Amino acid sequence: MAALKPGVQAPDFSLSTTLDQKVSLSEFRGRPVVLVFYPADWSPVCSDQLTLYNELKPEFSEFDAQIIGISVDGVWCHLAFGKDRKLHIPLLADFEPKGAVARQYGVYREKDGEAERALFVIDAEGVIRWSYVSPVGINPGADGILKALESIAKSKKTGSI
Amino acid sequence: MDKSATLTQPVSAHDHAEGPADAPLTLVEYGDYQCPYCGAAYPVVKRLQKTLGKKLQFVFRNFPLTQLHPYALIAAEVAEAAALQGKFWEMHDLLFEEQTLLEPETIPLWAKKIGLNLEQFESDIKQGTVEKRIKEDRQSGIRSGVNGTPTFFVNGMRYDGSPDYNSLLAALESA
Repeated sequence: MAALKPGVQAPDFSLSTTLDQKVSLSEFRGRPVVLVFYPADWSPVCSDQLTLYNELKPEFSEFDAQIIGISVDGVWCHLAFGKDRKLHIPLLADFEPKGAVARQYGVYREKDGEAERALFVIDAEGVIRWSYVSPVGINPGADGILKALESIAKSKKTGSI
Repeated sequence: MDKSATLTQPVSAHDHAEGPADAPLTLVEYGDYQCPYCGAAYPVVKRLQKTLGKKLQFVFRNFPLTQLHPYALIAAEVAEAAALQGKFWEMHDLLFEEQTLLEPETIPLWAKKIGLNLEQFESDIKQGTVEKRIKEDRQSGIRSGVNGTPTFFVNGMRYDGSPDYNSLLAALESA
C-alpha cells in the first residue's frame, strides 16, 4: 500500500470526533488542512508527536491551517486521551469500518491493524500538497509540515502551483 | 524529521553561552524550565561542564511547552529579562534548582535574590521585550527537529540518545 502522493485530490471522509459530532474533510475547504494519521492513542511516540502539534497551534494558525488527528481508536478512547494530554486538536475515530479512511489514503498497516504514522498537508482546494510516512517509532516533528504550509502560502501569493 | 536532524540556527554571540566560544565541543539544549526532564538534565549538564572544562561550550535556548506547563512561558520570560541585566545564568540555574517551587509569586523573590533591578525586570516582562527572542528560539527549535524537551545538539547534530551523564559524555567525547 502506497501513501497518496502530492497532486492528488484528498479523498473526503466523515468521521466521529465525539459521540454526537462528526467531522468531514470538506468542511475545511478554503483552508489548508494537516492530516495526522497515527497508530494509536497512548503509545509514547504518538503522544509526544500530538503534544508537539498541540503546542505548535499558534505556528499552524499563522497559516490558518486546521490540524486533525486520525487513528483507529474509538471515540471514548480519543476523549480520554485528549483530556489526559490536554489536546485541543480534533481526534477522529477511523473505527467502523476499521481503518477505512487510512486505507483510502494508502496508510493502513494490515499486519498491525493500525494506521501508519503519516502526514498529509492539503491545500485550500482539497489537493494533497505534501505527504510523508514516518518510521512508526519515530516522531516526524513539525518541520516538514511547516515547510509545506509555507510553500502553499507562497504559491497562493504568486498565483503559481 | 529524521535521525540526522541538524541545528538550523548556528550558535552565535546572540546566544546564552557558558564556556569559550572557540571550544571544540558545543552542546545546545532546547529546554523548558517547568519540564521535569529538563530539571533532571540540569545537574547532568553541570557535571559535563565540570568534567570537560574549557573544551565545552554550553548554550541554552527556550522551548517552553506552554500547553503542558502553565508557568513555562513566564519562566522563560523571567530568565530572558534577567539576561537583559546580565544575569541570565544566575536565573537559569535558580529556575532549575528550585523548579518545584516555581510559581508566579516566587518570581519577584528570586529576582531580588540574584540582585536584579526589580522595576526594570518587571517592566521588561510586561512590555514584551523578551517575547520575541523566546519565539525565535522556538522557531529555530522546530526547524531543527526539536520534538520535545529537553532536546540536545552535539556540535550541531541532534542527540537522540538517553540524556544521562555517561551517554552524553560518550557522545561529546566521540564528536
